[in-house]
Amino acid sequence: MKKIKDKIGYLFISPFFLVFFLFNAYPILFTMYLSLTRYRGFGEKQFIGLDNFRLIFSDPNVPVAFRNTMVIWGVNIFFQIFLALLLVMIFSDVKYKVRGLGFFRVIFYLPNLIAAATVALIFMKLLDSDYGVVNQVLFNIGWIDKPIGWLTKPIMAQMTVSGIQTWMWFGNSFILFMASVQAVSKETFEAARIDGAGRLQILLNITIPSIKPILMYVMITGLIGGLQLFDIPFLITDGRGFPEGSLNTMMIYIYNMAFVHNNYGYASALSFALFLLIMSFTVVFTMITNRSEIKEFLCHRKQKKARLNVMKLKKGSAEND
Amino acid sequence: MIKKKPSQNKKKKILVYSMIYILLAFLMVITIIPFWIVIINATRDGMSISTQGITLIPGTSLRENYRILVDNVDIVRGFLNSLKIATSVTILSGYFSALTAYGFHMYQFKGKNFLYGIILVFMMVPSQLAFLGYVQWITRLGLMDTHAALIIPSIASIGTVFFLRAYISASLSKEIIESARMDGASELYIFHRIALPLMAPGVATMSIFTFIGSWNNYLSARIILTSKENETLPMVIASLKALRIWYQNQGAIYLGFAISIVPIIVVFIFASKYLIENISAGAVKG
Repeated sequence: MKKIKDKIGYLFISPFFLVFFLFNAYPILFTMYLSLTRYRGFGEKQFIGLDNFRLIFSDPNVPVAFRNTMVIWGVNIFFQIFLALLLVMIFSDVKYKVRGLGFFRVIFYLPNLIAAATVALIFMKLLDSDYGVVNQVLFNIGWIDKPIGWLTKPIMAQMTVSGIQTWMWFGNSFILFMASVQAVSKETFEAARIDGAGRLQILLNITIPSIKPILMYVMITGLIGGLQLFDIPFLITDGRGFPEGSLNTMMIYIYNMAFVHNNYGYASALSFALFLLIMSFTVVFTMITNRSEIKEFLCHRKQKKARLNVMKLKKGSAEND
Repeated sequence: MIKKKPSQNKKKKILVYSMIYILLAFLMVITIIPFWIVIINATRDGMSISTQGITLIPGTSLRENYRILVDNVDIVRGFLNSLKIATSVTILSGYFSALTAYGFHMYQFKGKNFLYGIILVFMMVPSQLAFLGYVQWITRLGLMDTHAALIIPSIASIGTVFFLRAYISASLSKEIIESARMDGASELYIFHRIALPLMAPGVATMSIFTFIGSWNNYLSARIILTSKENETLPMVIASLKALRIWYQNQGAIYLGFAISIVPIIVVFIFASKYLIENISAGAVKG
């Protein structure tokens, strides 16, 4: 009876896997195949082995695009997590009861609701160096005497894009962190405080551990999203990645390679390389944060192996008898 | 604990509270001001925006701006297309992810761990990176320039399945399901009538993110949709930049932004109470 019921499990997961294989796994494998060919997006595919991958290492644009992407992501994720943690500390404090959590959660989340494409265009308008509202205001209160090129100076443009990303995402991280901190009962915080734990101790021993899984989630999804940063720099620069190529992210480079230069095979190889990069980052990241769990797991395995060996020995000796 | 003088304590308290609220107010202003400028400028004419700069008072050119905007782009169609795609994606993703997560959680079938392992491996492959292969595949299937090409893949939302599986392992007790089985309910009935409502907070939480993700999606829509009548809202907005009115009539441009942001904000503000209650309920149960 139980066996038949368990077979129904296949029924439950089959729609997912049907679509998964057709629209997720297959395109990935197909992209991998394309990366081994010379292909213009139409016409003949010519198999050329690993030539495209060799090209990646000699292409001077690749390290530049990588550096741009990492700088923009790094600055963004630092401020995003910092702000979210700061807000969590404020709203989970046992001594100071700060009101309006529901209100602020909604407010801080607002920027995340908007299409990145719209955000890009809004900030292009606001930060326009000649007509933009921001420069107008700064000029009127006398902080600047000539327009700031928010989006036209290389380093400045990168920082501006990071800032826009942080503006969009810190509320999202805050909501996720807060939800998991609230899962910890209030009594735990109260008890810790009665036991004389300081604010830093509470942060390190209760708050951070309780949001650790979600912190991981935010970091990894942030990394995956960050390495694929596309919409905002693409629209701000009309797809060209100026000023001086400082906003040419990896994804924009891949897009242009495929759809502007019609070098589909090489673009696929770049996608695949970017995937390997993301995966290695993710693995390293997971290992660093879950060091103790992994150690435990390996320890378990060792114990299990030892136990199996002992069993085998026993069995062997039993057979000998 | 060390006892301090009450008056000193009180002073410190006021100071800390005011610092906290100043910080919160500052963040709030930074968060809201771009929206405010967009909404106000949507009602002003291009001339006064260029010459008078920022103001907090609405203008009177809303109707005129709208006329100029719809003369240039079909924003209504873009809006409806986006709504259609995002709604379908959210429903499909929520239902099938719950179904899959429940299937993995409740049943012990052969190859279960292997199949879940595949999911976990592919979770690390961002679908955007397969878009070149996806475009070729979609072309061969004849789904290029259709909304279906953006909707169907949501049946297999890996991240949502992953989240919901973790969610139900914490919030769904197997005893409830067992007792329903004792009463002779069928497995699908149990899923729809008992498990799904219990998973609802988790599904709702993920649905917000799914909806927003789909609503915000620009890259794949831009690649897959080629004809004007299929364009989504972000594509319509992005096309504003190439128009002559970008500099000439800023009021109309801002109105375009406002049309794309105001409805979703209104919906969110009305739904947020329910949504945040759900998130909190889910967290407490967890």
